[in-house]
Amino acid sequence: MVTQISNVLGGKRPTPMSFVYHLCVGLFSLFMIYPLLWLIGSSFKPREEIFTRSTSLIPQNFTLSNYVAGWAGFGGVTFATFFKNSFILAGIGTIAVVTASALVAYGFGRIRFAGRNFWFTCMLLTLMLPTQVQIIPQYIVFSKLDWINTFLPLLVPRFFGQAFFIFLMIQFIRGIPHELDEAAEIDGAGKFGIFFRIILPLLTPALITSAIFSFYWTWEDFFGPLLYLSNPNLYPVSLALKNFADGSGSTNWGAIFAMSVLSLVPVFVLFILFQRYLVEGISTTGLKG
Amino acid sequence: MSNSVHGGSVAAPAAQARPAARRSRREVDNLAGYLFIAPWLIGFFSFTLIPMVASLYFSFTDYDIFSAPRWIGLGNFQTMFFEDARYWKSVGATFLYVFTAVPLRLAFALGVAMLLNVGFSLLGLYRAIFYVPSIIGGGVALALMWRQLFGGDGLINDALSAIGIQGLNWLGNPRTAIWTLVLLAVWQFGSPMLIFLAGLKQIPAELYEAASIDGAGGWRKFVRITVPMLSPVILFNLVMQIIAGFMVFTQAFVITNGGPLDTTRFYAVYLYNEAFENFHMGYASAMAWVLLLIIAFFTVLAFKSSSMWVHYETRGE
Repeated sequence: MVTQISNVLGGKRPTPMSFVYHLCVGLFSLFMIYPLLWLIGSSFKPREEIFTRSTSLIPQNFTLSNYVAGWAGFGGVTFATFFKNSFILAGIGTIAVVTASALVAYGFGRIRFAGRNFWFTCMLLTLMLPTQVQIIPQYIVFSKLDWINTFLPLLVPRFFGQAFFIFLMIQFIRGIPHELDEAAEIDGAGKFGIFFRIILPLLTPALITSAIFSFYWTWEDFFGPLLYLSNPNLYPVSLALKNFADGSGSTNWGAIFAMSVLSLVPVFVLFILFQRYLVEGISTTGLKG
Repeated sequence: MSNSVHGGSVAAPAAQARPAARRSRREVDNLAGYLFIAPWLIGFFSFTLIPMVASLYFSFTDYDIFSAPRWIGLGNFQTMFFEDARYWKSVGATFLYVFTAVPLRLAFALGVAMLLNVGFSLLGLYRAIFYVPSIIGGGVALALMWRQLFGGDGLINDALSAIGIQGLNWLGNPRTAIWTLVLLAVWQFGSPMLIFLAGLKQIPAELYEAASIDGAGGWRKFVRITVPMLSPVILFNLVMQIIAGFMVFTQAFVITNGGPLDTTRFYAVYLYNEAFENFHMGYASAMAWVLLLIIAFFTVLAFKSSSMWVHYETRGE
């Protein structure tokens, strides 16, 4: 995948040039992730050390007390609840949005129906639409339905697909040879048969990419929960962190750091496991857009 | 499509049935098409189109959600443009943010992408490191970290005092607060960097070789080859980043909460305050529609201007 072009400065052999290069880029990348390393390091420091030895990355007296204090949460609700809520929202939301988006993407990508181009254009336009023009009426309807302080306003819309993922999958479906569909059609497969037996298996990379992005965006979504949830028992981690930081009178930064680090763990694990899909997903949507 | 496959060897009696069969095939395609896109279509009407129309209506009303909306014509827009100094402050802050954070972020993204594309080893590792702040950066966790980094007794001030410089109250000072948010945005240059990297890899190496033979230097190659060849990708990144920039909310809400002196009360933050704290739903709807027009204006501007600077290569497909 890593095709290296314009290889004008030298190959894989260690040369003075490559040494300088790695020194500079290495230092720069250290500078870039320094705040993150500092966050992780601080989460293991005792309370006094966070401020007295703030610039050091490695704690002098390693402690887990921040994690214990943080996990207790606030208002009688622990972070176990917040994490559970986040996993429910991100899990159900992701499965729903990826399934719905795949169906829609197949419809746009493979079936010639009257009005296809019109609706496709509408879908692309929604990508550029500020959510602000929709949230106020949405909020009013959801509150009239008595959905405030439930997960419904955050989950139900996901069952109708999301333009970004539909677009990403359409781009991918266009790369699947038509001959496969036609062969299946001759064997007597209908549209659903072609979708399930031909397109869906080949679409797997795009499904994974979409699933990861969907999980990320739901996991870190702050605005939706802020609007619709005011009962701490329903808070996802994002909203809990903010209220935790604002609420705890003395501002126990160690505990906030510890819970922040924990909240990043699922995201980071997915990144390590599926980096390739993310990189390719972003590159293809960007380039062919 | 595959009508010809069926049609070729059909005997005479069947020929009469053919137009009907073709029509039914088109009907089948129409039905199947709409069936497959039905989820999006239903969602589009119920969560996008109808709310948009409702929001347009609300923008001409005085509406506090508890009592029925009251038609006031252009009243909201008049208040917004001629009476609400805070609104203009928020517009100013948003423009300052968008037109510093977006160019800086794209410049960083392009610079680092070019640095990584030189062809040395460890590309994957560096790429991952530079991408990490973006992938985990949109949420509350890093916003809280930023709040602590730039706090009065935060890391930045400690590091400064270690080298003998008196720190600042970065987040409390109206002159510096917004720049901490710009810096956070620039730090997260990962996504456009990945798109630039993919674009750079598609530039044929022969172009650079030919330019070298002609004696072109690094800067000349950048201006004459890299930028034109990459311009469609630059346009794409520019449009997407401008749209996202105008809608920035979480960072400002968590780190500075609009303060100090409203210098970071970005458009989306002020709209949230008006709609969901003061329940000025009509006024906030009017603000939302003006935001839509602002974003549409800059998107169209970017696309219209693209004929002057975006270079589209004609590729055989």
